[in-house]
Amino acid sequence: MFKEAINEAIRLEMERDETVILMGLDVAGSAGTGQERDSWGGVLGVTKGLYHQFPDRVFDAPISESSYIGAAVGASACGMRAIGELMFADFLGVCFDQLYNQAAKFRYMFGGKAITPVTIRTIIGAGFCAAAQHSQSPYSIFTHVPGLKCIVPSNAYDAKGLLTTAIQDDDPCIFFEHKALYTVKMEVPEEHYRIPLGKANILQEGKDATIVALGLMVGVATKAAKQLERDGISCTIIDPRTTSPLDHDAIFSSVKKTGRLIVVDEDSSRCGFAADIIAMTAQEVFSSLKSAPQMVTPPFVPVPFAKNLETAYIPSAARVEAAVRQTME
Amino acid sequence: MSGHMSKEDLLKAYRKMRQIREFEERIHTEFATGEIPGFVHLYAGEEAVAVGFCEHLNDKDRISSTHRGHGHCIAKGVDIMGMMAEIYGRKTGTCGGKGGSMHIADLDVGMLGANGIVGAGPPLACGAGLASKLRKDGSVSVVFFGDGAANQGTNFESMNLAVTWDLPVVFVLENNGYAESTSPKYTARVGTENIADRARGFGMPAITVDGNDFFAVYEAAGEAIERARKGGGPAFVECKTLRYYGHFEGDAQTYRPKGEVKEARANNDPLKRFAAVVVAADLIDSAELEKIDKEVLAQIDGAVTAAKAAPEPDPESLFTDVYVSY
Repeated sequence: MFKEAINEAIRLEMERDETVILMGLDVAGSAGTGQERDSWGGVLGVTKGLYHQFPDRVFDAPISESSYIGAAVGASACGMRAIGELMFADFLGVCFDQLYNQAAKFRYMFGGKAITPVTIRTIIGAGFCAAAQHSQSPYSIFTHVPGLKCIVPSNAYDAKGLLTTAIQDDDPCIFFEHKALYTVKMEVPEEHYRIPLGKANILQEGKDATIVALGLMVGVATKAAKQLERDGISCTIIDPRTTSPLDHDAIFSSVKKTGRLIVVDEDSSRCGFAADIIAMTAQEVFSSLKSAPQMVTPPFVPVPFAKNLETAYIPSAARVEAAVRQTME
Repeated sequence: MSGHMSKEDLLKAYRKMRQIREFEERIHTEFATGEIPGFVHLYAGEEAVAVGFCEHLNDKDRISSTHRGHGHCIAKGVDIMGMMAEIYGRKTGTCGGKGGSMHIADLDVGMLGANGIVGAGPPLACGAGLASKLRKDGSVSVVFFGDGAANQGTNFESMNLAVTWDLPVVFVLENNGYAESTSPKYTARVGTENIADRARGFGMPAITVDGNDFFAVYEAAGEAIERARKGGGPAFVECKTLRYYGHFEGDAQTYRPKGEVKEARANNDPLKRFAAVVVAADLIDSAELEKIDKEVLAQIDGAVTAAKAAPEPDPESLFTDVYVSY
């Protein structure tokens, strides 16, 4: 399972490297009757068991995101490799400065004299009627900031390999975990392995159109591509895995072959990931484009609560399919 | 204890507490059927706090609330039918089905919203207090927050701001012993017993009361609110209480000692304690309380039936009310 793969990546890194520490809300939790602490393992149980195995390196934080996420940044600038668990990505607003002005800028401002190997793990995504403050996917805000690396895994195998790399990476990384992926099952090797940051995964190659998708949207794109295949339209699906660094080359070289580009993104449409990919592609390989690239994103509104509105909000396979067809017209 | 409350006041307060209890118990049951979407955090067990404060407030007074906000909404006078419909995600909900349990708000009755962000309320309440002060309308603002939020920087910053700007803000700490799953003893040094000890350092009066004793809360609330209303500045009241359910519905609560809630329901229940006091003092007949219980039961039942029968929001409403104009 996706969440077990994340737990395993952290455990293996904590076993291999004594400078790896973990902090977050309820990563231990209170002790019930006759139990040791470690009742929750974080709100969705991702870090369960780690407090028990590493009691000196797992820290239960007060609900003080600015201070404990900032402390993860500070500790990482001073020889540790801290992993900060932020319950929901929506709460990044509470501790924004520590990432935006501190972690992101240390190395550059200090003339290359600092490394800040911090990893912030956080939960994104709509689909649970969790409304406007618990459902966002704000990776574009952080992709916008030079100095931060942003990782958006789409499956358990990638999650383990990418998180392992992020923990050992010397730059600040933000790792966005989609809540709908946590319980998705997939075989994952038990041993330690890494997936490089900035290397896209090409799920399938087709001749007619290139679909770029991230996180949960990779599954949505795959579903749409299967449907299109029945009508003889074959698509390349590219999962960049990381929005920063970005594997531009994988996207550009595919668009050179297909001439059509569709980007599927669960984040906000304005100044976002989809707009970014399309702008770069237009600039670099404009002459290869046979039609206008298409963005498939939510409407430019906050995430609604009611089920019918939320379903309409999230990009669907049907919308991806329609967008691909539009590029074929 | 209840010297300055008329019989009518007492009955009204009891009805509010019973409405909150019944509302939450019913949502607990309905949530288990899978019909209620999203994340729901129940207030049952803490009724004396919301009602003990809101009984001193009028519609011009503002409150800010938390993710555990249903009790504050009911106490402040938000329509129960609309609340239930909102929680079911219906068009007839208080927010048209766009906010849900964590975002019920009704500015017409001074309810600035439940809130999905821990510690977001104190700054907003300072703003409400500043607006009151500038308008000179004698209104006050009350911020409800938990022992978890007590550790947020926004809370410390807001206490300092309220004192510095001399704002009519009352800080109400609902200390239910669990920040989500974690006890304050693991997350603080000062205030592990009484978090009010921290507030005094900011230069405002701060007391700790038994939050399950309606009359203790009501009295402390009256003093703090009256003081703020007269221009005396902010105050802090810590109410020790207990929530009867998990952090959210579906929480297995493995962090809790077994029997904790059962014991509280039997021996420290705010409604039972209220009833025992008023009946023993011959202020109210127990039959009158039972009559209220029955009426409230029917009211909540009606709210659930209506919510279930109400239509979903119109699809076009996905796009409306992002801006006033754009």
